[in-house]
Amino acid sequence: MRLLLPLVALALLSGCSSSTTWGWYVINPWTPSGWVNIKFLIGGMGATILISVIAAVLSIVLGLLVALPGLSSRWYVRLINRVYVEFVRAIPLLPMLFWVFYGLPIIFRSMGLDIPIDPFWGAIITLAISDSAFTAEIYRAGIQSIARGQTEAAQTIGLNYLQTMRYVILPQAIRRILPPLANQFIYIVKMSAFASVIGMQELTRRANELVVTEYRPLEIYTLLILEYLVLVLVISAGVRWLERRMGSDERG
Amino acid sequence: MTDIAIEMVSVNKWFSDFHVLKDIDLTVKSGERVVICGPSGSGKSTVVRCINRLETHQKGSIRIYGSEVTERPEDLRGDVGMVFQQFNLFPHLSVLENLTLGPMKSRGLSRSEAEDRARRYLERVKIPEQADKRPGQLSGGQQQRVAIARSLCMEPKVMLFDEPTSALDPEMISEVLDVMVELAEEGMTMIVVTHEMGFARKVADKMVFMDAGEIVETGAPAEFFGNPKSRRCQTFLSQILSH
Repeated sequence: MRLLLPLVALALLSGCSSSTTWGWYVINPWTPSGWVNIKFLIGGMGATILISVIAAVLSIVLGLLVALPGLSSRWYVRLINRVYVEFVRAIPLLPMLFWVFYGLPIIFRSMGLDIPIDPFWGAIITLAISDSAFTAEIYRAGIQSIARGQTEAAQTIGLNYLQTMRYVILPQAIRRILPPLANQFIYIVKMSAFASVIGMQELTRRANELVVTEYRPLEIYTLLILEYLVLVLVISAGVRWLERRMGSDERG
Repeated sequence: MTDIAIEMVSVNKWFSDFHVLKDIDLTVKSGERVVICGPSGSGKSTVVRCINRLETHQKGSIRIYGSEVTERPEDLRGDVGMVFQQFNLFPHLSVLENLTLGPMKSRGLSRSEAEDRARRYLERVKIPEQADKRPGQLSGGQQQRVAIARSLCMEPKVMLFDEPTSALDPEMISEVLDVMVELAEEGMTMIVVTHEMGFARKVADKMVFMDAGEIVETGAPAEFFGNPKSRRCQTFLSQILSH
């Protein structure tokens, strides 16, 4: 309800056609040009989703690989985890995106490698690395929340480190890890907007381009925000469903 | 020498500055049942945890059937079964899966071999009908018996018990002790940390009393309970036997 009120207010404002502030014609689905504009804007949805999903999957794998050394009893192994997390967490997303997109190809070239980085993969690599510092911390907290006795019991029946993780610790930790990981996915979706600045044709980029041609920033950015809102609400519903399922599994 | 199961020679251990084990000498012959008692914080749990390398000692030597525990502890762990105070069953697995995990993953048994073995040991701890339940659905006493069966499935040469009945409700203690008595009668080499002196009298070949990280007194149960030599041991026994 609290969410609907501003939307209602917006609709009322739009009714004040005497006002020159609003010009919804630009995205009016009942006019041919408005419909073309809407299709153009929503057309970025696929890229936003694809970038976010691939980045999230990479971040989930990378995060686990970074988290595991953080659980070692040897300080110099834990140091690998700390340095990675602190370093990556400290870099703002936009500078990292510039570095990956404009800087990394130069490093590749100097190594004699011809690996072009297009906006699509530039955005994915940046989002995945940036997010992996956070997923690593989620894994670490989740694994550490499993009682020490579980590891000890696994060792006394002869399981090695990997077997202990695979069969004893991770299956239990995953219930506590999944909801915050899913939450982290929402963060990725929102941060994917930065991909617009390196030319990726996703939601934000398309809105920017349309604003340049139509001079209607208020209406177009309003729709852009609503697009993200819908996307995130759908994910939130998915996360809540997941949490309920996990919870009921635990009781069963 | 093969009849010596465990041999600890001047074992010392520190938790940073705290000297938890001071020159521990302990020999356990194959088939012998040793009960360790003592006030809390005396280091008795640490002794058994050092034997299967859940804790590392800093000085001295611990040999199990002649081989030093510092070398290849992963080989030794299957040979030394461990039962914890808090059971430490795997809550996400069924009882049967708890029992088959070790034999399948570390001993390389097939699933059917491991399940046959698991059912045999569940029979021995008298809960064959609970095989498909989760640990959380069992009583504390049943959980501890599952934990004992899980260790036995590795067919260990030695069994260590770290206060196996301390987390149990009083009415469940005897069902666990009964299983342990049977195990002792079958000739299993056992080291048991416990305050259950009735159990100790019944099965122990040797009593060990620890206080402040030292072995203060050892002896046969009759001698130990009837005529404790040290003052500290007398005080301890009078405290735990008085009620």
